[in-house]
Amino acid sequence: MRIGDAKQSYAADEALWTSTTQQVWFGLLLLSLLLFPFFASPYLLYLACLVGIAVISATGLNILTGFTGLISLGQAGFMGVGGYTVAWLSLHTSLPFPIALLAAGLLSAAIGMVIGLPSLRIKGLYLAIATLAASVFLHFVFVEWASVTGGMAGLSLRSAQLFGLTFHNDFRMYFMIMPLAVLMLLAARNIFRTRIGRAFIAIRDRDISAEILGIPLLRYKLLSFALSSFYAGVAGGLFAYFYRVVTPESFPLSMSIFYLAAIIVGGMGSILGGVLGAIFMTLVPEGLKLLTTAITPIYPQAPVFMSPLLGVVFGVLIVGFLIFEPNGLAEVWRRIRRFFHLWPFRT
Amino acid sequence: MKILEAVNVHLSFGGVAALRDISFSVPEDSITTVIGPNGAGKTSLFNCISGFYRPQQGSIFFRGQDISRLKPPARAALGLARTFQNIALFRGMTVLDNIKLGAHVHTKTGLLGALAYLGPARREEMALREEVERRIIDFLEIDHIRRQPVASLPYGLQKRVELARALAMRPQLLMLDEPVAGMNREEKEDMARFILDIKEEWGVTVLMVEHDMSMVMDISDHVVVLNFGQVIASGLPQEVQKNPAVIEAYLGDGDIATLRRRLNANTEAA
Amino acid sequence: MDWLFFAEVSLAGLATGGLYALIALGFVIIYKATRVINFAIGEIMMFAAYLFLSFAGGMQLPPLIALPLAVLGGTILGGVVEKVMIRPMLGESPISVVMVTIGLASILVGMAEIIWTADPQLLPEFLPRDPVFLGEIYLAPKIAYGFLIGATVLVLYLLYFRFSRGGVALRATASDQAAAYSMGINVRRVFNLAWVFGSLAASLAGILVSATGGLSPQSGAIGLSVLVIVIVGGLDSILGALIAGLFVGWLETVAGAFFGGEYRMLATFSVLALILIIRPYGLFGTHEIERL
Repeated sequence: MRIGDAKQSYAADEALWTSTTQQVWFGLLLLSLLLFPFFASPYLLYLACLVGIAVISATGLNILTGFTGLISLGQAGFMGVGGYTVAWLSLHTSLPFPIALLAAGLLSAAIGMVIGLPSLRIKGLYLAIATLAASVFLHFVFVEWASVTGGMAGLSLRSAQLFGLTFHNDFRMYFMIMPLAVLMLLAARNIFRTRIGRAFIAIRDRDISAEILGIPLLRYKLLSFALSSFYAGVAGGLFAYFYRVVTPESFPLSMSIFYLAAIIVGGMGSILGGVLGAIFMTLVPEGLKLLTTAITPIYPQAPVFMSPLLGVVFGVLIVGFLIFEPNGLAEVWRRIRRFFHLWPFRT
Repeated sequence: MKILEAVNVHLSFGGVAALRDISFSVPEDSITTVIGPNGAGKTSLFNCISGFYRPQQGSIFFRGQDISRLKPPARAALGLARTFQNIALFRGMTVLDNIKLGAHVHTKTGLLGALAYLGPARREEMALREEVERRIIDFLEIDHIRRQPVASLPYGLQKRVELARALAMRPQLLMLDEPVAGMNREEKEDMARFILDIKEEWGVTVLMVEHDMSMVMDISDHVVVLNFGQVIASGLPQEVQKNPAVIEAYLGDGDIATLRRRLNANTEAA
Repeated sequence: MDWLFFAEVSLAGLATGGLYALIALGFVIIYKATRVINFAIGEIMMFAAYLFLSFAGGMQLPPLIALPLAVLGGTILGGVVEKVMIRPMLGESPISVVMVTIGLASILVGMAEIIWTADPQLLPEFLPRDPVFLGEIYLAPKIAYGFLIGATVLVLYLLYFRFSRGGVALRATASDQAAAYSMGINVRRVFNLAWVFGSLAASLAGILVSATGGLSPQSGAIGLSVLVIVIVGGLDSILGALIAGLFVGWLETVAGAFFGGEYRMLATFSVLALILIIRPYGLFGTHEIERL
């Protein structure tokens, strides 16, 4: 049973972690994230890096779609902008990676704002389709602007650099990705403690009333687009550093859908939801791979079915969560927590 | 002294005129009520004042400044706050966040400040929380529900939270669209008391639309009557009550012979 | 500029556009009646085309039996999808419902790949093969006959909606759900009917399109073109779907023939972007007035 919940100051009441227990848990989580690479197998390390990148991008999409209510089918395109920016900078300059990632995020944010411009006039699904059009254009640019993007062959990167240190393996990449992911999550969490986050949610819930209550719609919609594509751009940049190659096919439309699926499964409009969704959806394919490897000795055809089965599983997850658990894994998590808060009493 | 003045406001949708040549004013420090039968244009008038509709003709002045061309957020920043007829709370937020949202135009935190939540951003949030708690939540007696999501609240409380949100806008002119509609007697009395306190203790001018006549007559200083998009009367509550045009608008022509004739015409038509 | 070539390409494009219009019609029917944007319409087409492949190719049924069977299969698929996936979402936000159809698309692609493999395949020939000439202009027979069949069905649809009981119920529901319900129209059945009819149109068009273009699990991507069509025409406008269908079919084919395949998508999506900027609710769509 959770007790001792009374606060003596508003600051204590508005803190991110309102009890010592929560602070201790968070400390432990950070500690285990720090120690993880020293004990993890190369495979787990690789997975952790993937999860980190997915968490950043999913959080970005969640800000736009989950919190501001603007559906985007362009997330992969924005990641592509980030990825190509980092790749180009790595080939033509020797900038340290934080600068390159910042540039990736900013360029992506700028393009995001341009694409968000129609959002004042068009809403809902029309907007989703406008973002789809935008991602078609971006894909076209990636393919056709060969002098910069390397065309269909794409670009190969050099390893990320900082103060003469190169990030050439997963172990080092982990220490680049994970702190950034934690930092960007905290920043996203902070946004929703302030007026800006409240304005986003207000626009999602009732845009017209929000405007009458003093929120300039276009400015905040663009801000949401910019923020979301900044996250996507940084994630795309990390993606480029991680795989050290980017091609137009690195950022397909299915990737945009993957991220939409992640925030639906995790929980739209919940930072925790975005995180859980990103972790879950990154691990599902890996789980399937494990399953396939296990079955192959008995049924040699299994690997052929791996990739289509993945599509089916993704689809079933999306549909299933929407129908049966529309608030996603975040709601499941809350339910578990509530159980322990009340334990040993029952609800 | 007039805080708000509408001059020859005309609003039509397609060919249908919702407001015709409306002129009226709201005296400072008053409770002014707009009454009128359903469809008279009361809410359309509110929407023109807060900027959601743009009248085709006429101007609206706020403290002498022409606000007809201003966008809704700019009007909010001047101190025009309102509530809505069908409660327009943000369902995804708690009561506290809904109220805080009202203070949007009076806070300044920018994107970077919000991301970091350090120094000024943090201080601003704390000051806001304190103001909201002290001045609004205590005043409206809603401290027990501040952490609840608004969707779970009963109707009367939702109305009260909406009022709280409007108060957080630090209004100069508070516009209430049917503040007691659908409430029981006790809730109505609470709301009437809050409105009077807002006028007297906060020094805020109130402009409201209301159908509940006993409340209108009890607390209004000034009444404006609309019918078919036109102002048909305005003045002190007692004067308006006796005005024959008003009685006709509400009850039809008082003459028994006319009523009977109309009834007969209706039955024949049917 | 070779005018004869241009005319041939244009005609082929218009004929393809006729099939697009049929698919777009299916889409608009579903949208008008149920307010659901069906992102999976391309995948339903693809699925029906595979059914035809199995019936006509695998089981060696004559095309005249295989075709109706495959269309029936696609139609049943649509009806079942409505019952199982769409109905539980009644009253949810449009975003969620759209995501359900995106999920459905993902499922159908995966299943098609599992059942029929990922390799592109050709449908057995079932249309007459004599070349068709309009004056001097040559038109590939598959495209010509596909267009003829598509256009016939399209006209039948329009007549049905204009004159039949079911059509009237459908239009009534489209214009005011609550009113239709209170007039005794079984709105749930209308929803189902809309999906059935929409999927029927899509299935037939899917088989005809695949007959010329070949078939793979990714064929459903044609749904993107259809999406462009309905946005350009206006989501709730049948007329818009017809005109935009012809136009987009023509544009894609001409852009592809004169500039190369990579410009097909670019051309259609440029039109889409332009329309979204100048007429956000499409050429013929209704712009709903916002209320507080």
